[in-house]
Amino acid sequence: MVAVRLWGSLAELADGQQTVEIEAANLRQLLDGLVRAYPALKPQLERGVSVSIDGKIYNDTWATPISEESEVVLLNRLVGG
Amino acid sequence: MSRIHVTTTINNDETDYLCETDETLLDVLRDHLDLTGSKEGCGSGDCGACTVVVDGRLVCSCLMLAAEAEGRTIETIEGMAGGDALHPLQQKFLEHAALQCGICTPGILVAAKNLLERNPNPSEEEVRYWLAGNLCRCTGYDKIIRAVMDTAANTRGAA
Amino acid sequence: MPKDEYQSRDFKVVGTRPIRPDGIDKVTGKARYGADITAPGMLWGAILRSPHAHARIRGIDTSKARAIKGVKAVITRDDFTYQPEDSDMADILDNCMAGETARYDGHAVAAVAATSKSIARAALAAIEVDYEVLPHVTDVDEAMKPGAPVIESGRQQENVPKGYSENVTGRSQYGHGDPEEGFKQADLVIKRSFKTAATHQGYIEPHACLATLGSDGQGDLWVCTQGHYMVRNVCAGVLGLDAGQLRVTASEIGGGFGGKTHVWMEPTALMLARKSGKPVKLMMSRDEVFRATGPTASSSVDVKIGMTKDGKITGAAATYRLQAGAYPGGIAFLSAMCGFAPYDLENVRTEGFEVMTNRPKAAAYRAPGAPMGAYPVESVIDELCQKLDLDPLDARLKNAAREGTKSSYGPTYPAIGLEATLKAAQSHPHWTAPLGPNQGRGVACGFWFNFGGDTCVSLMVNPDGTVSLSEGNPDIGGSRASMSMMAAEELGVPLDQVRTIIADTASLGQNEVTDGSRVTFAVGLATIKAARHAVEIMKERAAMTWGIDPEAVDWRDGAAHPAGPNAGKFPPMTIKEIAAIASNTGGPIAGHHEVNAEGAGVSFATHMVDTEVDPETGAVKVLRYTVFQDAGKAVHPDYVEGQFQGGAAQGIGWAINEEYIYGDDGRLQNAGFLDYRIPVASDLPMIEPVILEIPNPGHPYGVRGVGETSIVPPLAAIANSVSRAAGVRLTSLPMSPPKVLAALKAE
Repeated sequence: MVAVRLWGSLAELADGQQTVEIEAANLRQLLDGLVRAYPALKPQLERGVSVSIDGKIYNDTWATPISEESEVVLLNRLVGG
Repeated sequence: MSRIHVTTTINNDETDYLCETDETLLDVLRDHLDLTGSKEGCGSGDCGACTVVVDGRLVCSCLMLAAEAEGRTIETIEGMAGGDALHPLQQKFLEHAALQCGICTPGILVAAKNLLERNPNPSEEEVRYWLAGNLCRCTGYDKIIRAVMDTAANTRGAA
Repeated sequence: MPKDEYQSRDFKVVGTRPIRPDGIDKVTGKARYGADITAPGMLWGAILRSPHAHARIRGIDTSKARAIKGVKAVITRDDFTYQPEDSDMADILDNCMAGETARYDGHAVAAVAATSKSIARAALAAIEVDYEVLPHVTDVDEAMKPGAPVIESGRQQENVPKGYSENVTGRSQYGHGDPEEGFKQADLVIKRSFKTAATHQGYIEPHACLATLGSDGQGDLWVCTQGHYMVRNVCAGVLGLDAGQLRVTASEIGGGFGGKTHVWMEPTALMLARKSGKPVKLMMSRDEVFRATGPTASSSVDVKIGMTKDGKITGAAATYRLQAGAYPGGIAFLSAMCGFAPYDLENVRTEGFEVMTNRPKAAAYRAPGAPMGAYPVESVIDELCQKLDLDPLDARLKNAAREGTKSSYGPTYPAIGLEATLKAAQSHPHWTAPLGPNQGRGVACGFWFNFGGDTCVSLMVNPDGTVSLSEGNPDIGGSRASMSMMAAEELGVPLDQVRTIIADTASLGQNEVTDGSRVTFAVGLATIKAARHAVEIMKERAAMTWGIDPEAVDWRDGAAHPAGPNAGKFPPMTIKEIAAIASNTGGPIAGHHEVNAEGAGVSFATHMVDTEVDPETGAVKVLRYTVFQDAGKAVHPDYVEGQFQGGAAQGIGWAINEEYIYGDDGRLQNAGFLDYRIPVASDLPMIEPVILEIPNPGHPYGVRGVGETSIVPPLAAIANSVSRAAGVRLTSLPMSPPKVLAALKAE
């Protein structure tokens, strides 16, 4: 299981949990697993998120590996100028 | 709409054109004569990107009617280099990386050349106030001011 | 270690300061920007815009305009028959051409194409629009209240609590620990509210494009943009075209700063071209740029920070309310993520609200959200330092985030450079220089993420051994120079053997826009890997020529060498020699790399500024300015310095002068460079750039982005400087003379 940290307003939609546990070995499994376990997160996940894995930020790459020891943090989808 | 026939000198070439009464010198340079080095950043004389020299004076070409150019002598950025030899200011702008996007560069070069022709030994403050009518949003002006000062010093040294 | 991770090395080309390859064209006036090309038979486009902040469009009569000789097309929203399903695309379409409602002063309602500019202007004047004026709201705090005029119903996200106007479309929260507990441990807690005005990116080149579009859906677009692939995809999505049928070419770009990462009018140009059957050139006036393209958000912020006597921050909280303009979206979440990012905090909470108003759709502006994230936080930290008699650099160092710190937005930092910038600031002579009367010195820190994203690069080895590099990101400040340098470094050839061009959308795969300070990082990464790809091929060709194994070939100094004594004794084969026989060894040689470059490195800066406040007028003069920023690795230091200086200058404008001023009628009152005054040369001192290089572990050369971080600290650095000079805390930007004078008098 991977511990995934949610930002505040997402945690509210995940029964108030700041951190949820998801069975996942890569980014795609993580995102799919989150929606399955917490359907209320679906609108935000569809709007897009960025995911920090061990301090590096990923937006899209499904195959990005995640280990059980990885620090995984969900972030609003980043935009730049 | 009847058009006005204008005869003028641009970058040492005798030039004539037909213009509408409401067309600016900038419109004619860019749209009729393909001299697109002068840029339109505001159309109201605030940004200086369209700066040209008319009879030795700096002018925002967006504020001058094309019909007013009759009999005048006009210099634009396209006339600044001599063939493939860059003007010393142009060379110094490259060496000092005094441009990022480059849209303000033609107007600033034309204005700076005019300054150095009047005052070969300007202080930093004099350069800053002379160029205060030429907006640059990329550089913070630092490298532009240095390039102009360095050109002036070099030219004085060579003289 | 994977090859794309950082490896220390001695550079030959990277880190030098060559003259940029596009330089001569730009100093001689030859470079072609958005408005600089024409096409045979071309028409001039023009757009009619709403004079009302909020109005229902009851009808538009274009008959008189169409009757004018020389008018070849008149369009309104009715001509855009394709309705995008995607809500973002639908919003972009509605913003390009209003549907039932004009949502802000400057919203497009009709457009024309004519044989001359003056005929186009006359046609606009002949269009009759029947407006029913509606109540409007332009202030973010007013727009949040229940009962405020609603810009568009039904757009609120599920994360907004009850009790707010429907204008509040989104909310996000970040942080960890319990700030209330933290405040109890503090010796001093300060709570303040701040406001920042909306500011425009202020690029000197107005938006411009030249469009053709046939009835078969095939089109070409020449446009000044930060991302021509984005323009292609959006135009196709908005108009229902096949992206592959629309070729978009990026012109030289006269500044963008985020404002050209969006589509504001290009679908209109394409529609005019389709309807008229002719090429159409469409250019914005400066008035249109201000009224109809996005400035950044204005903000209203509450911050509360607790600190112990020895400078430790024990609790931190902030609420950010940012107005996003007339459509859902917004960047308050970025303020909420970035505000406390420089600090190692046990108890921190931030909250961001995205709010619609009757203003132009807010756009990205250099590190979007981060400047208004940092300004209130850094101001309160400075005030705490003043009241606790602490050195503001010492206090920041005491709380500084470092490798292993859990950031305020969640992730744990890898190696970062904040401490290095603070220590460089402490040891710089600026920090100890004497100040005169009415003068003050301010410091502030800032943070930005930096991005990667989709990137394609192709590198061709020409028959004479020279190199052509194609990339797909508009060069907004010297990136062709940087790419050529990285390719030359990797290939081991002289810089003048490489020429980089920006390819059109038909010539390379998808590229993310030039944003998020991503280009030197992501395109640089793809360039290095494309070069390594080409090197692999050239090693194979040499091996084939020598009749040895490719693994027995090394590449260095622009030539293939036998890897060791066992590989055989062959003289090196240079790139020139390999290229000359390419046809004999398998055909043309090219490397390429396509990647979604993720894992960019975050960056930090510390700024230091001296100002003098005129007690008679309230005018603020910036006397001295120094930027300390971590670049990872400065590929071309001149242009890194330029980014530092330019960001600081924009921040100075934001802090002291610039603001969108709305009248009670909801109309923008200062839509021009005379009244919206960006800094001019005589407003500024030299801006000293100090480059720190703490390598990004995720880039082969250690590169981080540098473009955006430099606008994050200035707002607070200047506010802190002015507040110390004036002896009173300033909490509203811009600190224009009337505001400063009022604060001085109130003291």
